[in-house]
Amino acid sequence: MAEDNRVKKLTVSSSPHVRSSETTTGVMLDVIIALAPAGIAAIIVFGLRALAVMLVSVASCVLAEYLSRKAMKKENTIGDLSAVVTGLLLAYNLPSNIPFWIVILGAVIAIVVVKQMFGGIGQNFLNPALAARVILMTSFPGRMAAGAFVGLNQHGWNVDGLTSATPLGLVKVAHASADIQATAPTLHQLFLGTTSGCLGEVSALALLIGGLYLIIRKVISPIIPCVYIGTVAIFMMFATGFDWYAVAYELLSGGLFLGAIFMATDYTTSPITKWGKVIFALGCGIITCIIRIWGSLPEGVSFSIIIMNVFVPYIESQTKPTPFGTKKEKKGKEAAEK
Amino acid sequence: MAEKKTSLGGEFTKGLIRENPVLVIMLGTCPTLAISTNLENSIGMGIAATIVLFFSNIVISMLRKVIPDKVRIPCFIVVIAAFVSIIQMFVKAFAPSLDAALGIYLPLIVVNCIILGRAEAFASKNNVLRSAIDGLGMGVGFTLALALMAIIREFFGSGNLTLKVLGHGTTLVDICHLGDGNLLSAIHAEPILFFVLAPGGFFVYGLLIAISNSIARKKGKGVADINACYVCENAEGCMVVADGENAGTIVIPKPVVDTEPQVQKVEKAAPAAPAAPAAEGKEEK
Repeated sequence: MAEDNRVKKLTVSSSPHVRSSETTTGVMLDVIIALAPAGIAAIIVFGLRALAVMLVSVASCVLAEYLSRKAMKKENTIGDLSAVVTGLLLAYNLPSNIPFWIVILGAVIAIVVVKQMFGGIGQNFLNPALAARVILMTSFPGRMAAGAFVGLNQHGWNVDGLTSATPLGLVKVAHASADIQATAPTLHQLFLGTTSGCLGEVSALALLIGGLYLIIRKVISPIIPCVYIGTVAIFMMFATGFDWYAVAYELLSGGLFLGAIFMATDYTTSPITKWGKVIFALGCGIITCIIRIWGSLPEGVSFSIIIMNVFVPYIESQTKPTPFGTKKEKKGKEAAEK
Repeated sequence: MAEKKTSLGGEFTKGLIRENPVLVIMLGTCPTLAISTNLENSIGMGIAATIVLFFSNIVISMLRKVIPDKVRIPCFIVVIAAFVSIIQMFVKAFAPSLDAALGIYLPLIVVNCIILGRAEAFASKNNVLRSAIDGLGMGVGFTLALALMAIIREFFGSGNLTLKVLGHGTTLVDICHLGDGNLLSAIHAEPILFFVLAPGGFFVYGLLIAISNSIARKKGKGVADINACYVCENAEGCMVVADGENAGTIVIPKPVVDTEPQVQKVEKAAPAAPAAPAAEGKEEK
């Protein structure tokens, strides 16, 4: 902190971030478009309350960004839409019946604490939306888990016999696919999203559509999502003793698709090198499985991505390409490392 | 050294804010993070540490010409441990609930960096009176910083803020209490558990350091900086290389009496960037 000038000098002299000023808005717009199917699915599953949570989250994120930039007397960056993306991702990580003040608190944590305090867009070392979710989860465990029941009740689905909120919570107590089939939603339900959970994580189909859009538009590289989901699949295969139904269940439930496609691929907090991406995604997958199988929480996607975010600078320094890489890679590396 | 010029009053007040052990020198972080979830415990901890600091500084200052340089750390620890044992017995006898609340952190005052740090950096070089005042000032500074953190963490983390008679559980001042029909419950506030958990401790600690740094920078005073040796009181006897390619390695120190290496270290530490930016700099070239 003392070498403020030094840091400033570094920021100016080093290359610009991957999201240069011309394309940041475009990239963010692509991400918003890719997030739309999951949002629509959430509104269908959870009702208008889901829409309200999204609107509050986006609005408070943008406002927090505007006010914090203003308070720090820096140029305003709400035009690049990154705050909108953060707001959407935050909302997708919350249950539908969450009180609005928690949403606003989460937005302030994401934008002010995690993003702006570290220097704004491209400077944060954690994914803002995920960090906010983790802090909210540790602060209000009851509120963050309770949401799913309402979603179920609203649509008159049978909640009798449910011991835990989300499908993964059920899997945690069930051990073989027969038990899972007896208590939890079916794979078909999970794929379409007509089940309980956070707003954005329920529909694997909608998330896949968004992910394909991003990959086709070359906004994200398919390495991280594929390796991440693949690692979880292989790990779970062995953990469940080749119980294919249970493996498919692990893949489709929880925030795995949301995390793998939208959170782990965040430019700022994921490695820029190819092998760095592989290592990063591998670590995410392994930590997710470890938390799911042996941890006390049913879901580990958010924690695993946050933990791996912290390792990104080390992963990058270890996977530096030998001929000193292309210019593009260097740029991203500097941005992510900051 | 600069300390020798300061007045006795300055010796006391420097520990409060200017050289606050927790927020500026950044010592005693472990008890700070662990204890500051609760105001009562923080004050109890602060007082216990202050008493130990005060007496150990006096004794070490008295023995400073007797203690051989090579075995000074064990000697300091023996003196500190003696006072910690005395304090622990007192707390056990007169404030058993405080003893239960502080648990292992009470005996761990023995290895509290503030106390060893002041012994090494101050008491072993200054006369008894100055050392006593320094110990008192640093102790009060530690207590204040702990209390400040505890107020923030207890208020947000548990929704309560009460000051109790130490060790007796009798409420002295009930500043606020969740669910009592007062202001907080009227707005349906909920405690933010994060603040009483370990990450919340780091978060509040970081915030306070940031605030104190920005105030210090405005006034042109020294700021907390873990990457710079020159703010560290113990730089002279320090065995860890903080910067350059050998960062983190322990080197055999030169004799402490020799002041020349310190000057070199200061110059070396000042312009050097912390490890990560330094690595980046290379990449650019």
